[in-house]
Amino acid sequence: MDVDRELLVRKIKDGTVIDHIPAGSALNVIKILGLPRGSRNRMAIIMYTSSSKMGLKDIVKVEGLELTSKEVNMIALIAPTATINIVRDYVLVKKERVKIPELIEGIIKCSNPNCISNQDRETAVPKFRLVSEEPLILRCEYCERYTYKKDILRQFGIGR
Amino acid sequence: MKGKDIISILDFDADELIDIFELAKDIEGNPEKYRDTLHGYVLALLFFEPSTRTMYSFQTAMARLGGASLVFSDTSKTSIAKGETLGDTIRMFDGYADAIVIRHRIEGAAKYAADIAEAPVINAGDGTHHHPTQAVIDLYTIWKYRGVIEGLNIGVLGDLKYGRASTSFIYGVSLFKPSKLYLISPEELRLKEEVKSDLDRMGVDFVETTDLEGSLKELDVLYVTRIQKERFPDPAEYERVKGSYVVNMELLKNAKEGLMVMHPLPRVDEISTDVDSSPYAYYFKQARCGVPIRMALLKLVIIGDKNGCR
Ligand SMILES: [Zn+2]
Repeated sequence: MDVDRELLVRKIKDGTVIDHIPAGSALNVIKILGLPRGSRNRMAIIMYTSSSKMGLKDIVKVEGLELTSKEVNMIALIAPTATINIVRDYVLVKKERVKIPELIEGIIKCSNPNCISNQDRETAVPKFRLVSEEPLILRCEYCERYTYKKDILRQFGIGR
Repeated sequence: MKGKDIISILDFDADELIDIFELAKDIEGNPEKYRDTLHGYVLALLFFEPSTRTMYSFQTAMARLGGASLVFSDTSKTSIAKGETLGDTIRMFDGYADAIVIRHRIEGAAKYAADIAEAPVINAGDGTHHHPTQAVIDLYTIWKYRGVIEGLNIGVLGDLKYGRASTSFIYGVSLFKPSKLYLISPEELRLKEEVKSDLDRMGVDFVETTDLEGSLKELDVLYVTRIQKERFPDPAEYERVKGSYVVNMELLKNAKEGLMVMHPLPRVDEISTDVDSSPYAYYFKQARCGVPIRMALLKLVIIGDKNGCR
C-alpha cells in the first residue's frame, strides 16, 4: 500500500473531513460543494462504511482545503447528520454538526419552472428561506413557492 | 413611501393602506389640485404580457398627475429566452424613468426588476403570483362604500390557485382582520399551500368550501374571479364546475342586505348581467377606483408625501 493512499484514508495533514454522511450521499455532497476545486485538493470518498451510530455511512476527506461553515451547511439539505472536522497538521482543531442555514443562496433550484430564478439568461440567483427542517421545506424569495426535500433530491438525481 | 417598491400587497400594513385611501379620496374630490403633481416625471410601463386595461389605467393615472409615460409592450415573445434579457431591459428603462411598472408572465419577475432598478418598481402582475395594485383598488372600494374593512365576512370565489388578483385580495383583506374568510372554489382550484400557511401565520380565520350557495347568506363581500377552462385537465369537469359558480339574481335572493359583489374585471359569464342593475353590483364602481388609487400610489412612490411639482 503506498503512502498516498494510507494518508488519505487514514489521516490527512491539513483539510476537512466530512463524516456521518448518510450512506450513498457522498457523491451528492461533493457535487454541492463543487469539489474537487483544482488538482491540489486530493480527495478520498469512502462509501458504505460501518458506523456505530448510523449502521452505514459515507465519509469525504479533502486535503488542503478548509471548508467554511457556510459552505458546509449547504450539505445539510441532503446530509443533515453530517459532521465537519477541520484538521491542521494532523490535529483535529474544529468539529461541528452541519446546520441548515436560514437563507440558502445558489445550488438549489426553485421547484417552480415559471420562476424568474429558473430563466437561464437572467441573473436571478435562487434564494430560499428555511421554512421547516423536518420535513424539509424551503421557500423561494422570488416566487414564494415551496421547494421540498423530494424536489432537492430529484435535482441531485436521487429519486425517491 | 418615496422610492418604495410595490411587489406584494403585504409590502404595506393596514395603516399605510388607509393613508393611500385618504389620498385617493382627496384626489377623487379635488382632481385639479393634483394636475401638476408629477409634472416633469416619467413613468415606464413595461408590459410583457397583454393587459390593455391595467396599462391604460396606469397611463391615465400618470397623465392626470401631469407626468409622462413610456410604454414598452413586448408580448410577441412566448419566452424571455429570446432577444434582450429582462435584466437589460430594466437597466435601460431605469436610466429614463422615475418609476417602473412591470407586468410579466414569469413569477418573481417584479422582485427581480426591483433588485436591479434604482427607481421604484410596481408589480402589475407576475404570473400567478401577485397583483398588488388591484388589491389596493379592491380594498379601497370596500373602505369607500362600506366605511370599514375590519370584521367583515368576506367570500372569495373562483380560481384561487392560479388567480393572482384573488391571491392579492386575500392577503390584503387579511391585513384588516376579517371576521371570516370563505374561500369558495372547486377542489382542484383551492388556495396554494404557501398562501394558506401565510394566512395561518397571520391568524386569519378561513374556511375552504365548494358551496357558494351555502356560504352566501353569511357574506358581506363576495369577490368573484374567473375560472379558466385551460386550468382543467378534463374539459367535462370544467363544464360541470362552471355552472355552479355563476352569480345571478336567483342566487342573490338569499344574500345579506348590503352585500357587495366585486370582480376585478373583465368578466365573462361568472356574474350574469341581471346583477348589474342591482344594489349588490359594485364591480363597475370598483373599476372606477382604479385611476385614483394608481394616482395615489404613483405620487407616493415618486415624490412621497410632499405636495406639488418639483
Ligand atoms: Zn421561485
